[in-house]
Amino acid sequence: MARMKFLCDSDRCIECNACVTACKNEHEVPWGINRRRVVTINDGKPGERSISMACMHCTDAPCAAVCPVSCFYTTADAIVLHDKDLCIGCGYCFYACPFGAPQYPRVGNFGGRGKMDKCTYCAGGPQQDNSPAEYIQYGANRIAEGKLPLCAEMCSTKALLAGDGEMIAAIYKERVQRRGYGSGAWGWRTAYRETVPA
Amino acid sequence: MKPVILGAALALALLAGPVAAQQAGGAPEVQAPVPEVGAGRGGVGAGQVPATTEPQRPTGQPAAPQPAVAPRPAAPIIAPAPLGDRGQPDAAELELQAALRGERIAGRISIPDPKAANLIQPEGRDWRAFHNRTLAWIGGIAVLGMLGILALFYLIRGRIRPEEGMSGVTIPRFTLLERANHWMVASCFIILGLSGLNLTFGRHLLLPLIGPEGFTAVSMAGKIAHNYLAFPFTLGLVVMLLLWVRDNIPNRLDLDWLRAGGGFIGRGHPKSGRFNAGQKLVFWITVLGGALVAASGYVLIFPFTVVDIAGQQSAHMIHGVLAVLMVAAMLAHIYIGSLGMVGAFDAMGSGQVDVNWAREHHALWVEQELARTRQAAAPGGARAAGAD
Ligand code: HEM
Ligand code: SF4
Ligand code: SF4
Repeated sequence: MARMKFLCDSDRCIECNACVTACKNEHEVPWGINRRRVVTINDGKPGERSISMACMHCTDAPCAAVCPVSCFYTTADAIVLHDKDLCIGCGYCFYACPFGAPQYPRVGNFGGRGKMDKCTYCAGGPQQDNSPAEYIQYGANRIAEGKLPLCAEMCSTKALLAGDGEMIAAIYKERVQRRGYGSGAWGWRTAYRETVPA
Repeated sequence: MKPVILGAALALALLAGPVAAQQAGGAPEVQAPVPEVGAGRGGVGAGQVPATTEPQRPTGQPAAPQPAVAPRPAAPIIAPAPLGDRGQPDAAELELQAALRGERIAGRISIPDPKAANLIQPEGRDWRAFHNRTLAWIGGIAVLGMLGILALFYLIRGRIRPEEGMSGVTIPRFTLLERANHWMVASCFIILGLSGLNLTFGRHLLLPLIGPEGFTAVSMAGKIAHNYLAFPFTLGLVVMLLLWVRDNIPNRLDLDWLRAGGGFIGRGHPKSGRFNAGQKLVFWITVLGGALVAASGYVLIFPFTVVDIAGQQSAHMIHGVLAVLMVAAMLAHIYIGSLGMVGAFDAMGSGQVDVNWAREHHALWVEQELARTRQAAAPGGARAAGAD
């Protein structure tokens, strides 16, 4: 089985937000929640970079480790998913996640923040694959249809890569070799405890 | 700003054209660049527009054969790094530095959610280690350790009874308000503590027993209880402070009491006022610890109103550690007040305590009370009021 990962080639990302829009539309993500976002660091300064970030589907995921009701599970493709029927909206996964991926439908924590929502790697949730119930809770399940996440497919510059970790790392490495520079794979050290030689 | 103003002016001018033309009823001021009448002059029915102006003449020669694969450069063409990027550390390096310094990597974001501008927050890892390891160990040792000590104490010392037995005569110790407030705080505390400990340990202890659905139902109810009971708990703390702070100021007698090992560990009964040093300790643990636990808890109930994510992580650490320590302290308090000492429970139960018990544990207080009742009962020149 593949080990699914995301890699954002920040030397290519032009902050067009196509990935953000694709995700919101594909899964009909409600107001106030952005499963994917584009952060620009060093904005307007030398070394400015835009990085598209969602859930990295970490190895030994911190969110899963701290969840008091243990509602996370990891698929055979190493995608980190959670069961909204079990979530109590405590916010612990948000404290632990290095990438700010978990989001909540409610702003306050009084009586809970509502069911946590995050990027599913377009892999839905524990419900029956591609059932209406799954769609309402988690959005589309493209993985069950043999497709990769829509954000990466919609990326206008192919900066955002999704797929088996080794394959996307190889693509990135080849790019870096050809063009002679690369600022590295954002989040990989934190999420997967490994780096892609730039 | 400049282009916006220019654009607006242009739009106004364009709009004003037709309007002026209508009003004047004359020819439009803006003329089409191409005359709109006549054959081949543009406009409707003007014929096909050629795709290119290049004359398309056949050369009469076959196309040159194309190579099957595009030629590749022998060596990759290395482009220089963009100017601003030269000598910059890469992502992995920046992440490592941020993690070592405990800093966040953040930037600017175009969606209206400022907290999403955090790209990577390595502190999440520390918080995870705190919650899953540090807090679990502190909590486990504090709670189990205290239970162990109390069990041992019970085995060695048994229940502490008044040395001279019960006299059968009681004096009032706590008013109805004092008792009602105590039990409000106590019941809130027990539910707050149990629902909190459920978040720390339930996943390992309760979840395997009752299954995921049941455990979520319990935890959800616990979470709601934890949030709502926070308010009566805090109110009770304030009332408690107002009612009892007067009798809980530490003084010299407390040192003697502590030196003698108290009425619990030692055998003697050092004199003390309304509250002895042990009880004063319980009072201050409750009031000060409770205040900190409440303050850090409210910060968590209203995320991002007071502090950002780093502040919430710290508030949570303070809340968790103080809470489990308070639970341990209160276990000892509950033990002494119930099983550990005969006669103690009545103080908070009926509000009346046996005089012998009171003499042993709160000699000075009994003297004061008796003096006060004597004064109140027999003021100079008073007559017993008859039923006449
Ligand atoms: C008085 C006001 C209090 C407030 C506003 C408050 C609020 C909170 C909040 C918001 C949490 C985070 C989990 C969640 O969202 O449900 C929490 C956790 C917790 N609280 Fe409280 N709480 C209060 C009092 C107490 C008291 C008195 C205790 C102990 C007896 C306590 C023990 C705990 C524990 C053990 C946790 C879980 C820590 C962990 O496992 O991470 N709390 N509290
Ligand atoms: S990025 Fe955050 S939410 Fe996603 S697996 Fe890692 S810790 Fe969990
Ligand atoms: S918010 Fe939900 S998913 Fe996240 S830790 Fe709490 S219960 Fe688990």
